[in-house]
Amino acid sequence: MAISFTLNGKPTSVDVEPRMPLLWVLRDTLNLTGTKFGCGIAQCGACTVHINGTAARSCIAPISSVAGKSVTTIEGLSPDHTHAVQQAWMELDVPQCGYCQSGQIIAAASLLAKTPNPTDEQIDAAMTNICRCGTYQQIRKAIHRAAQLHHGSLAARNEASPVESDAVAGGAE
Amino acid sequence: MSHANGSLDRREFLKRGVAGATGLVVGFYLPGRNDVFGAGDAPEVINAWIQISPDDEITIIESQSEMGQGVATSYPMMIAEELECDWKKIRVEFAPAATAYFNPAFRMQGTGGSQSIRQGWVPMRRAGATAREMLIRAAAEKWGVDKAECHAENGMVAHAASKRRASYGSLADAAAKLPPPTDVKLKDPSEFKIIGKPTKRLDTPDKISGQTVFGIDVRRPGMLHAAVARCPVFSGKVASFDATKAKAVPGVKDVVQISSGVAVVAENTWSAMQGRRALEVKWDEGELASVSSDSIWKLYAEQMEKPGVAARKDGDAAAALASAAQKIEAVYQAPFEAHATMEPMNCTADVRPDGVEVWVPTQFQTSTQAIAAQIAGVKPDKALVHTTYLGGGFGRRGLTDFVADACEVSKAMKAPVQVTWSREDDMQHDHYRPCSYARLAAGLDANGNPVAWTTRIACDSVFSWFFPGSVQNGLDPASVEGIADLPYAVPNVLVDYHLMTPGIPTGFWRSVGASQNGFFRESFVDELAVAAKKDPYEFRRALLAKSARHIGVLDLAAQKAGWSKPLPPGIFRGIAIVQSFDTYVAQVAEISVEKGRVKVHRIVCALDCGQVINPAIVEQQAMGGIVFGLTQTLKGAITIDRGRVQQSNFNDYDMLRMKESPKIEVYIVSSKEPPTGMGEPGVPPVAPVVCNAVFAATGKRIRKLPIRAEDLA
Repeated sequence: MAISFTLNGKPTSVDVEPRMPLLWVLRDTLNLTGTKFGCGIAQCGACTVHINGTAARSCIAPISSVAGKSVTTIEGLSPDHTHAVQQAWMELDVPQCGYCQSGQIIAAASLLAKTPNPTDEQIDAAMTNICRCGTYQQIRKAIHRAAQLHHGSLAARNEASPVESDAVAGGAE
Repeated sequence: MSHANGSLDRREFLKRGVAGATGLVVGFYLPGRNDVFGAGDAPEVINAWIQISPDDEITIIESQSEMGQGVATSYPMMIAEELECDWKKIRVEFAPAATAYFNPAFRMQGTGGSQSIRQGWVPMRRAGATAREMLIRAAAEKWGVDKAECHAENGMVAHAASKRRASYGSLADAAAKLPPPTDVKLKDPSEFKIIGKPTKRLDTPDKISGQTVFGIDVRRPGMLHAAVARCPVFSGKVASFDATKAKAVPGVKDVVQISSGVAVVAENTWSAMQGRRALEVKWDEGELASVSSDSIWKLYAEQMEKPGVAARKDGDAAAALASAAQKIEAVYQAPFEAHATMEPMNCTADVRPDGVEVWVPTQFQTSTQAIAAQIAGVKPDKALVHTTYLGGGFGRRGLTDFVADACEVSKAMKAPVQVTWSREDDMQHDHYRPCSYARLAAGLDANGNPVAWTTRIACDSVFSWFFPGSVQNGLDPASVEGIADLPYAVPNVLVDYHLMTPGIPTGFWRSVGASQNGFFRESFVDELAVAAKKDPYEFRRALLAKSARHIGVLDLAAQKAGWSKPLPPGIFRGIAIVQSFDTYVAQVAEISVEKGRVKVHRIVCALDCGQVINPAIVEQQAMGGIVFGLTQTLKGAITIDRGRVQQSNFNDYDMLRMKESPKIEVYIVSSKEPPTGMGEPGVPPVAPVVCNAVFAATGKRIRKLPIRAEDLA
């Protein structure tokens, strides 16, 4: 039975087993391989995507659970990879091997959307994804930097169009 | 940068490249090194290539695997320094498996041992300089001027007198027809414009947008996915299996037996994993079914009473120990550890009658090619290895078990197959950092100066697992490194070793023997300082007085950490220094102990890795090594029960997380010594520096990793 949802802003329909996790639908059915498999039990966060704007671990989300919802992956976070988090990640050259970074970026974007200026404690609480390369300090710095960039772009947008003042750095969402 | 999914046929590329039809291609030479692994002289080998296309694009063929350590940026930096090209026009492709790309440290194509930078230091720059000189000569001949009047800058050759300029791309074809000069002069370090400067990684843009192709991301037309059921006991074999239920799982195509177990082949990864869950296999568990961590430790402890093979013998340690004013003795232990790369093991293979192609995140292309060819039943030159980006390596990806899986399944299915290991497979079928057991003893004279040092080690031989037959005299170098090379001024030293074979697979794990021996040694040195009633920094400093590079990092770490300054209440310090892979690293840790838990607040790291190529990447590697070392110190151990690994996933073998990650400061000693490596040396000082701080905080000496709550009570 076909399951329909919005993927990176586009209506999408897949005909797969309803129990199949979103992770594998993305990677194997839809060939969107930016979202990674790390553990399969929601421990590591490599598979993090946004479901209706909130960070979620796609390895344990059955595809049936996202029917009618909006899913954003690393490929759809921003049209040209200029989301404030991605810009900050570029500036600070955060990734090493890079495998966990899609999940880290998606988790950070979700944190900033809800907490535009997070403290270190809020970063600790929100950023639970594993990075075996040990980029945590750079991630922390980059989140603070993204918060600055986000405020900058928000201020610019507010000047141009006050109506959109509640927009968050959520890219395609 | 990604060579995504077959857009480039490497054979075709090399054919075109070597013919020079698409521009300038430069090969360059590394001197063969004959002191590693076996006998015989290595021929002079061509290691890597530069290609310049008519549209000015510079392609660097990268012989080293990129697993996060930044080599796909630092090799291009070394080449670009001499090539005088436009850095923005550089792209990187990973080399195919070929003798041309052998790493002289291993005499095969591979990445590890913190070797890349030191091995590439001269040849990469020479390659850049050679290409530059050929381009200059091509321009001079075209313009009919003396080449000495021309110079190269930013991807152009210029003739100042006539104000003529030509781009590298426009000269590439003519340059490729010239004989390469053999006497190029390399820049003096004072002239460096790229080397030594913090430079952005070339692989970041793809890594922040999900576009980097790791092994697990390879997609081939008609590709099937497979999951392999393996016996949980290392010595196990398939006795029988019933595929009925597995085949009933939607999406499952077939079930085939292979050397490592039983593979379930399906349309997608999830179906393969579901099918494997439904598969019924009876295992013959084999001789290791009675092995446990306890039985291994008991066996190792028994070795302490008898002499082993000497790894170092200075003076007469036994006599000096017997007559010492004070004798200190301790037993240290380090457990098995898993690599836990974030990308689980995987490989994609397409075995065809005419040859085999593999797409794989590998650290060792030569052994990958050999196993693929062997399984496909073809000559190695018919086995094409496409190296993808590696989602972590740490030594694990030097093995070929995942390559064999994919090739065997592909051969059986007559189709391209991607085998993906689950996290449980990855954690329970690793080649682990071996567990090690050591008894240390030292004698101090009446002034607290050490007069004798002995260490007896019982440990498995990683070299024997990796290169069978390479350990000839019972002395595995990896088991004693970090302690046989004790740098302290002690007149009588004996380090001896028992090679153990408990049967649990072991392998190279980031910083290898120094990962446990650094802990043993630097913790024990701290014990000696306490016994001598001396400051642990000053105690070390006095014993290292003759080694300027040790003193350099030790002093820098102490100074930056404010070693002599008081700390806030509840915060305690430790210090440690370990040189590994010829890189010197000293660290100071600040910790507190609260409610039976160690919290690491700050680690100051000073290092000397000789000439630095990219200080930003050196800093990254130091930070990464420290986090890796903290996981070893504070988190899990791999333990064995009935021949099987008891841990299975990150729920019971966790990694350090953001909230546990301390503030890390990295300071680099400015040096003109030849470069060494930074992939591993950040790790070894971490466990002792934290445990020494724990002693300062609690008076409890941690002699077994990881630190447990009961050790602090």
